[in-house]
Amino acid sequence: MNKFWFKPGLIVLFFVLILFSSLLVIGQQTADKDKMQIQVPPPPLNEDTFPCSMCHGDMETNPERRELVDFHENIVLKHDEENRWCMACHDDKNRDMLHSASGELIDFSESYKLCGQCHGPKLKDWEAGIHGRRTGQWNGEKKYLLCAHCHNPHSPKFPHLKPEPAPIKPGKKK
Amino acid sequence: MSIQKTTFSPKKVDRRSFLKAAAATSSAAALAACGDKAAIEEFLQRDFRSLSKEKIAKIIERLEAEYAQKYGKAFTVSTKEPIPETFFGYALDLSRCIGCRKCVYACVDENNQSRDPQLHWIQVLEMEKEKGVDFIDANLYYDHEEVPHEGHFYVPIACQHCKNPPCVKSCPVGATWTDSDGIVVIDYNWCIGCRCCMAACPYGARHFNWGRPTLPAEDANPNTHYLGNRPRMKGVVEKCTWCIQRVREGRYPACVEACPVGARKFGNLLDKDSEIRYILENKRVLILREVLNTQPKFYYFYST
Repeated sequence: MNKFWFKPGLIVLFFVLILFSSLLVIGQQTADKDKMQIQVPPPPLNEDTFPCSMCHGDMETNPERRELVDFHENIVLKHDEENRWCMACHDDKNRDMLHSASGELIDFSESYKLCGQCHGPKLKDWEAGIHGRRTGQWNGEKKYLLCAHCHNPHSPKFPHLKPEPAPIKPGKKK
Repeated sequence: MSIQKTTFSPKKVDRRSFLKAAAATSSAAALAACGDKAAIEEFLQRDFRSLSKEKIAKIIERLEAEYAQKYGKAFTVSTKEPIPETFFGYALDLSRCIGCRKCVYACVDENNQSRDPQLHWIQVLEMEKEKGVDFIDANLYYDHEEVPHEGHFYVPIACQHCKNPPCVKSCPVGATWTDSDGIVVIDYNWCIGCRCCMAACPYGARHFNWGRPTLPAEDANPNTHYLGNRPRMKGVVEKCTWCIQRVREGRYPACVEACPVGARKFGNLLDKDSEIRYILENKRVLILREVLNTQPKFYYFYST
């Protein structure tokens, strides 16, 4: 019996099996991740300014922090502005794309990947359907929104709103 | 001590049965005098749960005709039963709600509440952050230029759809009950308007039609459910049904879709992959007035 277990061939086979099964599990996980590509409506891009390459195509990139005049002067950066400027998120080579901290290009339609680099727990909640408005079917297809549909990426704090009218107090006429 | 026994001879007409018969005859005569067949049928209608399929179909036909005439458009009154293996739960993110009251008016539009006298199923309470969840000093009538107001947070309250509902227990006629999907419903035609349920509800979630409800024809939502948003009459109690007419079709309640900050979540508690289960398993959750053992299925949570 003992001799049977100590056969080197069997031990090697055992390790090969472990390796193989772990590879399978990893493969399965990546497959799940791909399947989890979340369907979102098109990003809220301004037709006057997008694609950015319309103007920026042949323009030299100026990465300097400066007051914007003539163009984009309506953009107020209130999003870790001390540490960041345009090129922190917008790509300077491919002007119609964003990029992650590690330089990977990210399309505007997948901007949540960019946001999720810093806001990991929010991204996780959003994927689970907890963060953000959900419409569609509770038992079927759910409709998601991109971060940028509700939060201005340059100034992401949710804006204050005017409330709807208060209810009429009992005994009071309209 | 001897116990006095009262016996009734079946042949003798006692006072009670005489009065019963007399009342029935006279009211039937009074109704017949009106000459309105629909009114007689409505008066004689039994409670919803004891009705046969044929009778329900007849009632629905009558109601649809009545509403179509009153509001000048085609109405559907659904009697769709609960979806099997569903038990609904609702969650509201207190760390997100900004008190904009969009849910209140989305609910009014969806559920045909009376515009005058005004009736709201959702009540948004403004509370001070310093005091925490405190009902005594909560303000329902806040009126700021912008919300959220500095130093305040908001707690919207509607029916909590308790697993142990005091309203259902208090109803003397059984006009309100919990359906198998967990929605607490009311049969408006069987409600006698005694308001016992309102006294029993610790959340102030039930509302009485003190006056004849008014619903402008152009605002009426014609997609209705018998136990939900069909137009109500004077003298009956009503409350949130989690948009029974929508959720039994797989849709989200109107308030969930209206909330601009996405604070409102809805789903099936029996589905382990649902949003609601994720919240219960991963977030800090509280229920209102837990000590009363009403066991609400309406969970308040903090996502942050």
